[in-house]
Amino acid sequence: MRKQDPARRIRNFDEVALGFDEDEAVSEAERCLQCPRPWCVRGCPVGVDIPGFIRAIRERRFEDGIRIIWEKNTLPAVCGRVCPHEAQCEGLCSLSRGCSRYLTEEGKARVDRFLSRSNLIHRRRRPVSIGALERFLADYAAANGIRPLRRESKKEGRVALVGSGPASLAAAGELSRMGYSVTVFEALHAPGGVLRYGIPGFRLPKEVVDREIKQLEEMGVCFRCDVVIGRTLTVEELLEDFDAVFIGSGAGTPGWMGIEGESLNGIYSANEFLTRVNLMEAHRFPETDTPISVGRRVATVGGGNVAMDAARTALRLGAEESIILYRRREEEMPARREEIENAKEEGVRFELLVAPIRYIGDENGWVREVECIRMEPGEVDASGRARPVPVEGSEFRMEVDTVIVAIGQRPNPLIPMTTPGLELGRIGNIITDEDGRTSKEGVFAGGDIASGAATVILAMGAGIRAARAIGRYIEDRRKQRSDGKYVSKDTYTG
Amino acid sequence: MYRIIEKERLSDEIVKIEVEAPLVASKAVSGQFVMIRLREGGERIPLTISGCDPERGTITIVFQEVGKTTLDLGRLEPGDSILNLAGPLGRPPELKRFGTVVCVGGGVGIAPALFRARVLKELGNRIISIIGARSRDMLILKEEMKEVSDRLYVTTDDGSLGQKGFVTDPLRDVLSDEQVDLVVAIGPIGMMKAVSGVAAEFGVRTAVSLNPIMLDGTGMCGSCRVIVGGEVRFACVDGPEFDGGLVDFDALLLRNRRYLEEEEISLKRARGCESHEKAGSSKAYQELR
Repeated sequence: MRKQDPARRIRNFDEVALGFDEDEAVSEAERCLQCPRPWCVRGCPVGVDIPGFIRAIRERRFEDGIRIIWEKNTLPAVCGRVCPHEAQCEGLCSLSRGCSRYLTEEGKARVDRFLSRSNLIHRRRRPVSIGALERFLADYAAANGIRPLRRESKKEGRVALVGSGPASLAAAGELSRMGYSVTVFEALHAPGGVLRYGIPGFRLPKEVVDREIKQLEEMGVCFRCDVVIGRTLTVEELLEDFDAVFIGSGAGTPGWMGIEGESLNGIYSANEFLTRVNLMEAHRFPETDTPISVGRRVATVGGGNVAMDAARTALRLGAEESIILYRRREEEMPARREEIENAKEEGVRFELLVAPIRYIGDENGWVREVECIRMEPGEVDASGRARPVPVEGSEFRMEVDTVIVAIGQRPNPLIPMTTPGLELGRIGNIITDEDGRTSKEGVFAGGDIASGAATVILAMGAGIRAARAIGRYIEDRRKQRSDGKYVSKDTYTG
Repeated sequence: MYRIIEKERLSDEIVKIEVEAPLVASKAVSGQFVMIRLREGGERIPLTISGCDPERGTITIVFQEVGKTTLDLGRLEPGDSILNLAGPLGRPPELKRFGTVVCVGGGVGIAPALFRARVLKELGNRIISIIGARSRDMLILKEEMKEVSDRLYVTTDDGSLGQKGFVTDPLRDVLSDEQVDLVVAIGPIGMMKAVSGVAAEFGVRTAVSLNPIMLDGTGMCGSCRVIVGGEVRFACVDGPEFDGGLVDFDALLLRNRRYLEEEEISLKRARGCESHEKAGSSKAYQELR
């Protein structure tokens, strides 16, 4: 896919990947083998009919193509851009090496069995760019005014969705298609969750997020911003007005290392840094009112997508040097390959097998130096990666003006804290069954608040499964009511 | 959109507004705050709730014009609207019958201190209030404070009203004279630090309301992190009220100076659009520097 030139793109916040035009899309689609039992579909957390929409592209039936995707995925413009395709659909494409490092052991074994049976000659070839094709269709639909079909019939039943990130947006699309009336409550002043405040515009333009949300509004979904569930209203109060509540409040609480000097000025959580830019548009200060301060030398701690986003954003804010500090090796970075490559092209420096141990500030409380220790790969740990072990005596100091801590997020505690009767897991996540049912009657949850920090598409998958379960729950209750077995709400103990 | 119903200028730089926000008004308690954003492109700032009327569906906010956003807010009139307002935020503090409570308010902090005094009075506490400001024209809500307090002390730095000096002077007298169960201090960081120090000498706990820089106000960024009892806490969800004896006020002071340069740039631009009046930074802002 064509990309913006690195030297130019670090001067703007425009999208890096430029997308396929029609001919490029068709020729990429022609590479698909149209496997009769497609592995790619199994790799997609929401089970999109991938060979189906690719066949439509091949035959230039673009509208049919997007409709095939919409049957399973309400946010293709987003997923086509931010899904870790190499670990999902593309990782299982028959044309790929077929053995992604993201797969579970069981998954790898399945792929190996498949490849050894199928006698494929293509196994070293590049997979079909499924994500880019999905994105192409979504953008085509937007450019040509193609809209998802409106729901057929209106059903009785009101559902409240808490949070407006990918899990809730997917659930909203599904529930509204099923005919229910849906209200989404968002704490911030704009909907989208991590799509709005987390993922930068150079990866996911905000117009794309606006577009997807507008489409949901056209389907009848009502968005209410500035409502902090847990404070403005509680989940219990929502249950008085709604037949079911879905909690998709995400994993928005930043993790800290707890090392000396972490509260010095110039040290940001990645959440704060990215929110200032993506949600508040601090890069346009003083045209906008939210400030951000970035020094000449910026160090970002971590190796995930959030770390890449932060390090690349720092460059665009004018940092002369942007350095990633990561305690493991590059092949162990959880960030998407594509984004690691993009970061490198843009000049982000990688300091690998290095971990900060304290920050040193000046008399005004600003960070000036970070003290690090070198690590070496030790024994393989539970995640299947070599555990980093500090090398004694290898401490060294590095001058920095700004530090961004991107070592992961925990589930937001506000709702678990203010909702009695919710069973919680070890990290404060809400425990649910496969279909998103919580321990509290009528309350469902999904996405990062249930799973801990994961991916956009996994959150969407959870949102869709929960939406279907919510539909069944509401219908069951209606039946019970007409059977005369209806139990009044206040006798439920939750 | 959140409509301003009433507006009153309490001093040169301090403005009181009543804003329509029925959901917030039905929940808010003394000690909580709201995040507001005036318009597209505006920043989110925290403002302490200084009163609420669930029947009218309004909350009262008293703020000081110290920078661009508060100046812009001060220009709004009844009938105008604030684009975004979320709340009530922050952990509700313990409100009960303690016995004798000293409510200390400094500057614009007198307004939330008055709200607290009212609530605690209704709960059966004996209220001794101490309010202070730089000079008499900055001292707000004196009559209202007098009404809810069993005893009221007034101080000004320059002696233009009440006792000359700081709020800690009468506080020391009160604490030596009688049994006090709790001190509540709301105001500038230096004042809350001094009050907590004096109260601690007498073995009395001080509840302080911290005012760090906030961004979302819901616990997702850590911009407002403060050090309490040696641990990092987020003022927006763990606070903003903490035990003053445990707070690292010096660290808070340094952290609140993070954006001074940017704040000045923003302020100058705001002033540029204004007529010649009020050129240069406000007094409060200069003090912050």
